[in-house]
Amino acid sequence: MKKDDSISRLDAVAHTDKCALGKPDSPRFTKSQELVYELTVADAMRRKVITTTPRTLMSELREILRANRISGTPVIDNGRLAGVISIEDFIMWLAAGEPDCPIGDKMTTRIDTLFAHEPLIHAVGKLEETGYGRIPVVDKASGDLVGIITKGDIIERLLRKLEIDFHTEEIHRYRASHIFEDIMGDKVALTFQSAVKGQDFSLAGSASSRLKKTLERLGIDPQIVRRAAIASYEAEMNLVIYTDGGTVTASVQPDRIRIDVNDAGPGIPDIEQAMQPGFSTASEWVREMGFGAGMGLVNIRKCSDRMELVSTVGKGTHLRIHIDIHADKSKG
Amino acid sequence: MLDEIVRLLDARLIGRTTRLEKRVRMACGSDLMSDVLAFIKADALLLTGLTHVQVVRTAEMADVAVICFVRGKQPAADVVELADSALIPLLVTDLTMYEACGRLYSQGLPGCHEKR
Repeated sequence: MKKDDSISRLDAVAHTDKCALGKPDSPRFTKSQELVYELTVADAMRRKVITTTPRTLMSELREILRANRISGTPVIDNGRLAGVISIEDFIMWLAAGEPDCPIGDKMTTRIDTLFAHEPLIHAVGKLEETGYGRIPVVDKASGDLVGIITKGDIIERLLRKLEIDFHTEEIHRYRASHIFEDIMGDKVALTFQSAVKGQDFSLAGSASSRLKKTLERLGIDPQIVRRAAIASYEAEMNLVIYTDGGTVTASVQPDRIRIDVNDAGPGIPDIEQAMQPGFSTASEWVREMGFGAGMGLVNIRKCSDRMELVSTVGKGTHLRIHIDIHADKSKG
Repeated sequence: MLDEIVRLLDARLIGRTTRLEKRVRMACGSDLMSDVLAFIKADALLLTGLTHVQVVRTAEMADVAVICFVRGKQPAADVVELADSALIPLLVTDLTMYEACGRLYSQGLPGCHEKR
């Protein structure tokens, strides 16, 4: 495997990295630098590795590279990493007009490897230092090949990571935990409502998902948000399974969350029976999906501090869930 | 740690959230989402044979750290997409539910009832 200039150099990262290594406190320490220290080789490497053996013929190599759209492979002999063969080796062989021979005769045997747990910066450094296009990743204990890493893999991973971080930051940027301090009034409540479509299994849960995100943004304790989300999701599932739809309305005050779940029918004939663990009238398709086991209302009660259920057959059902924000009781 | 679990289960990571340093403190294996919602703890691994979108919704609500699909079942693209947006890593193992749970339990990963 020779110098690989066909792949664009990872200049942005490799260059700034050198500054960072020299002066760790440098104000020019950028997000991408931070990430190559934070991520590991395992985060960026490709796990599915196409390999060849020393006995594979050079004439077969072209098809292997083409079919898999890769520019080189590790060469494995009896389970051990024996070398690396690249497209450059292939071109050299072709240019020399030599007769067909096994890969073992042309591969690079002086191999640089990386361990999966090493920080990604080591991969950046090693690719730059050796000029190789790819570096095999081996298990520290066994020496077995576990993956392969190229500059392309690193760039792809960094971009993906930046995107995910951006997404997470978006949520934090719109944090609204100060909202209750900013609004004056003897009594302040924030109310938000979502409509739920009945019988639509694929959309079920989206109202509770939105509720959860909103509560997180309000800076409410994660344990309490979790209880509210589970209770709301169970109630939303009931709307989807048993009714033609309804609404989930949350009202948040500094010291409590109230979730109202309303629908217009069919109603529950016997509430006491419906509250029994295991009692369910759900149809087969619902049960196949892992729901309708008669635990919904029981679980809602478990997650809430108080719960009220009123239902009239033919008219509809009204479920009210109360969760105290400053309660010490850690339920769920 | 998640990378340890990937190794023990011979699992593959799918989706875009691939943070292998995510901590997993316990696990729960079930195809009954009602039970998962009732008993699973935050930061747990969920092993399941179901691959529909409500598995991810359940995990999202219950702050599940990782979902692992057993018996090599591959979820559909919309399921992976939802997990990506909820930043939940997805694993697929070819092991059966029984074997997957057995391997993890024998290596010291507790169930959600014990860790309290």
